[in-house]
Amino acid sequence: MNRKIVYGVMALSLLSTSPGFAASVGESEGQVNIVAWPGYIERGETDKAFDWVTKFETASGCKVNVKTANTSDEMVALMNEGGFDLVTASGDASLRLIAGKRVQEIDTDLIPSWATVDDRLKSAPWHTVGGKHYGTPYMWGPNVLMYNSKVFTAAPESWSIVFEETTLPDGKSNLGRVQAYDGPIHIADAANYLMFHKPELGIKSPYELNQEQYDAALNLLRDQRKLVGRYWHDAFIQMDDFKNEGVVASGSWPFQVNILASEGQPVASVIPKEGATGWADTTMMHSEAANPNCAYKWMEHTLSSNLQSDLAVWFGANPSVPAACTNGSGMLTKEGCSTNGFDDFDQIKFWQTPVSKCESQGECVPYYRWVSDYIGVIGGR
Amino acid sequence: MSRAFTVQPGSVHTGVAGRLSDLFWRRPKLLLALMLAPPLLWLGIIYVGSLFSLLLQSFFSIDEFSGLIQYEFTLKTYRELLRPANYDIILRTTLMAAAVTLASVVIAFPISYFAARYARGRMKAIFYLGVMLPLWSSYLVKVYAWKLILAKEGILSWFFDSVGLMPVLEAVLALPVIGGNSLSVSYIGTFLVFLYVWLPFMILPIQASLERVPANLLEASGDLGASQGQTFRYVVLPLALPGIVAGSIFTFSLTLGDYIIPQIVGSSRLFIGQAVYAHQGTAGNIPLAAAFAVVPIIIMAFYLWMAKRKGAFDAL
Repeated sequence: MNRKIVYGVMALSLLSTSPGFAASVGESEGQVNIVAWPGYIERGETDKAFDWVTKFETASGCKVNVKTANTSDEMVALMNEGGFDLVTASGDASLRLIAGKRVQEIDTDLIPSWATVDDRLKSAPWHTVGGKHYGTPYMWGPNVLMYNSKVFTAAPESWSIVFEETTLPDGKSNLGRVQAYDGPIHIADAANYLMFHKPELGIKSPYELNQEQYDAALNLLRDQRKLVGRYWHDAFIQMDDFKNEGVVASGSWPFQVNILASEGQPVASVIPKEGATGWADTTMMHSEAANPNCAYKWMEHTLSSNLQSDLAVWFGANPSVPAACTNGSGMLTKEGCSTNGFDDFDQIKFWQTPVSKCESQGECVPYYRWVSDYIGVIGGR
Repeated sequence: MSRAFTVQPGSVHTGVAGRLSDLFWRRPKLLLALMLAPPLLWLGIIYVGSLFSLLLQSFFSIDEFSGLIQYEFTLKTYRELLRPANYDIILRTTLMAAAVTLASVVIAFPISYFAARYARGRMKAIFYLGVMLPLWSSYLVKVYAWKLILAKEGILSWFFDSVGLMPVLEAVLALPVIGGNSLSVSYIGTFLVFLYVWLPFMILPIQASLERVPANLLEASGDLGASQGQTFRYVVLPLALPGIVAGSIFTFSLTLGDYIIPQIVGSSRLFIGQAVYAHQGTAGNIPLAAAFAVVPIIIMAFYLWMAKRKGAFDAL
């Protein structure tokens, strides 16, 4: 690459991140490279009605290149490799990216629609560190309990059906008929369950566990291992397991529930009394982003266009701009927002990266131990 | 260049091509080196070189919070391999590879024997087609098809149910360790799919080695009073052994490295290939992935060394 261009880009990114120095976004670089969850950035190719890219490309002159990633760990790995401008990071990746200096602070003055962002998300701890904002909120949603509505005539009240051996309403045991998520972050779901059922453990946040609380969560998961035939990793394999493998209940995303329901399968979802974990994603900018101007234009676009409204419908998620529920910028309606859990914000414990120095109790079990121990639990250890 | 050099005794060719041809004739080793250079470079740099650059990574370690690699020599990553959870993965994969290899030998030998000694003409063509046909279709299609065959509400369960053998299937699935809720979520299912997918790689080498066993040796063995069992034990088997070993290298190493089958069919317990994929592609823990990648190489090296000691390659 031409050295002059490199210096130019570095100067630009410096300019655009020093607050008070640059008042507006500069010329477009012609493209922006984004790491995103599958289904997050649609240009009308999967379904014509869902397109929030084409208009942006014409208006801004920035071509949008998307690289999809299936897990948070994969996103961190891609950002560590470099070559991308933006990432739609969940809370269990965002803090790692900030700690690894892979993302940079953003200047909210350069994003005119920042003021419209949900007040509950503006300074959320998963993208704000030391008062600095490291991105714009993108989408959020709960990890719901999906169930077979033929087996459960009434919605299950508790997560216990996926954690403990019980007899289901159809008179058969839940052994082999439930699933769990194949990612270390599922340990937090177990901790969330214990928070409600074993208050004596004193868990304050499912992401901040001391050794004793962590061991209790792992023991619960070891019991769960006996119930689970196969853990789900790929959303489409989970849907297949609900159809052909006799699975009747599992933690899941509204995405699978919506697709299975649209195929006429007897499924529904609920947030049980223990509450649920959830994800809140943030558009974050790479610390060495080659296309900072297009990146800023895209961040503005994510908040101001039909994206919030239509993506919420497409993904079964909630917009980060509350106005999108009602302003008719896309297909989302107020009822749609309630169905997707917009009002359940307080019941949801959003994904965060577990770290050793935690707020609630000083010393916690860090994420890398979650990774190796969860592999062990699935392996029967 | 001066004129004196162009006219040399013994040189009848002129022009660049002619002089090159003379040069190669005088120095045959130069031609050999030139011909061998491209494939050797390919093998050395692209193949072995990239492999070593991966293996080198196994001596680095990862910063456990930010996920960035620390480029300092350490054996910490190898110590991690000995953790119970990781050790389980290695043991599980090796046992599965051994089981798949043994079962493929047992199934492949009679098939190859028939094809090599009895099948003729059209029958032989059908045999080749039958063995090769599965190799022509996509690997993923086959595995997903097997997921549906083995599913709890799949074809196989339906078949067992309709002929009244359901209790047999349930008894098998009730076995500890290898059983499960359905064939598709048990080790038995993973084993069956591995066996199906890698079987051609065992049949073809065994068949090739059996083709080369001279018929007169078998007749001589019979004339000298050997029973059929003795002929098989002392004549056919030793001569077919290189084929069996060649086939077992395929099935064993392919099973050791596969990461797709156990993810689609099985109980979610990781195999080495999946661990490499998870640590490298997903978690960005390239050092641990590289350390895991070294394991099959060591196992295969040990396996080949054992096979050589047992004389498997003597007949080559």
